[in-house]
Amino acid sequence: MAETVTDPELPTLTLADLGVLRDVRIERGTVVVEITPTYTGCPAMGVMRADLLHALHSAGHRDVEVRTVLAPAWTTDWITVTGRRKLAEGGIAPPGPAPDRPEGPIPLRLGSTRRTAACPLCGSPDTVEISEFGATACKALRRCRACLEPFEHVKEI
Amino acid sequence: MAHEETVYEALDHASGGEGHWAFGTGFDEPLAGVDTTVPDGVDPVDLGTYCLMLGDDALVLAQRLTQWVTAAPELEEEVAIANVALDLLGQARLLLARAGSVGVLGRSRSRATASIPDEDALAYFREPDEFRSTALVAAPNGDFARTMARLLVAATIRLAVFARLRESRDSVLAAIAAKGVNELTYHRDHAGRWLLRLGDGTAESHRRAQDGVDTVWPLLADVFTPTDVETRLTAAGVAVDPATVRAEVQAVLGEVLGRATLRLPDWPADTAPRGRAGEHGPELGDLLADLQGLARQHPAATW
Repeated sequence: MAETVTDPELPTLTLADLGVLRDVRIERGTVVVEITPTYTGCPAMGVMRADLLHALHSAGHRDVEVRTVLAPAWTTDWITVTGRRKLAEGGIAPPGPAPDRPEGPIPLRLGSTRRTAACPLCGSPDTVEISEFGATACKALRRCRACLEPFEHVKEI
Repeated sequence: MAHEETVYEALDHASGGEGHWAFGTGFDEPLAGVDTTVPDGVDPVDLGTYCLMLGDDALVLAQRLTQWVTAAPELEEEVAIANVALDLLGQARLLLARAGSVGVLGRSRSRATASIPDEDALAYFREPDEFRSTALVAAPNGDFARTMARLLVAATIRLAVFARLRESRDSVLAAIAAKGVNELTYHRDHAGRWLLRLGDGTAESHRRAQDGVDTVWPLLADVFTPTDVETRLTAAGVAVDPATVRAEVQAVLGEVLGRATLRLPDWPADTAPRGRAGEHGPELGDLLADLQGLARQHPAATW
């Protein structure tokens, strides 16, 4: 049941597709659901939590607890194969592999980003980044040079 | 499940249709289910105070950045600034909730109604002298170049601190830092690219970028000086002594400014902590009046 709950801002994807749903188990008669935020400030967390409670209550589970898990931090690598396919079908380019996380100082990147993404509309690999920050915290904005359409790209984190 | 007409109706289902406090998110307990045990040998008041330092920096800078919304030079940049502010607000929320979880609430709890969560009580119901943010984040934005110069400096320092804080003995701080590092890397590099574009742009953009850097640099006088709280918590393996990030911060800023063809100003002489000790200029009070005014006038408002 918890696996069918969808993301409020990407409604074709379930929380499981996104890798936000970390665990569902029963502890002494209570359904315990663990979710992790994509970004620290993700305003959709409250809605996700409420949707989960609503779905499980509607399914007849009276005692439900939704817990937040902060560690390990969410990464786009947790978006499932199904999730990536659904993103592309919805016109949003799925993320590439997440960047390495070095233990020491984080290297500075001042050049244009090396990120690439094929256009989810026409399939052309010839696309350019317009902005690293899009309409939601998790997306960047790109434009296709072949079909000229702008599109969103879930940025690697 | 019967799906709601709008996603926001779902919020009402969860709370029995009671509505939500208008100035929060309606999502209580950002640390719900997180183990908030204080590590052995650590004074909870020190831990909470340190969380206020890191949380207030994020809250105040988020508020400053938000002042660009509707006024940024281009739409994409406005969205970028709002995204950076939102990330910082998220960090502030968790850090202030962590302070609340160990009972560090200052005078806020006596002013805020009981229904207001700790982190919102801390944000909206403390006086300026209870804030632990530095002057670096409270300073007015100035023009766009100065805003980017300040964001570059603030994000560089915060990223260097958070990268080390991933090893904190406090598991909550370590988790917040690990998430924050991923976000702050985007903030620092974004501001750095703007400095390059402005510094190595036209004569006018270069002049403004240099002016921005020259205005921001004096604000660095107290950012590398640890407070007693930071010194004690660093010894306990919980905090990061800001003095230990100085070399890395100066190297990063030197590299950006060099590539941006900007002159590196002299580093100011170290002073005792001011903002971290609750000493602030009038600009913080003005900013907080904006941030807190509505919540204080309608302290139990819901929508």
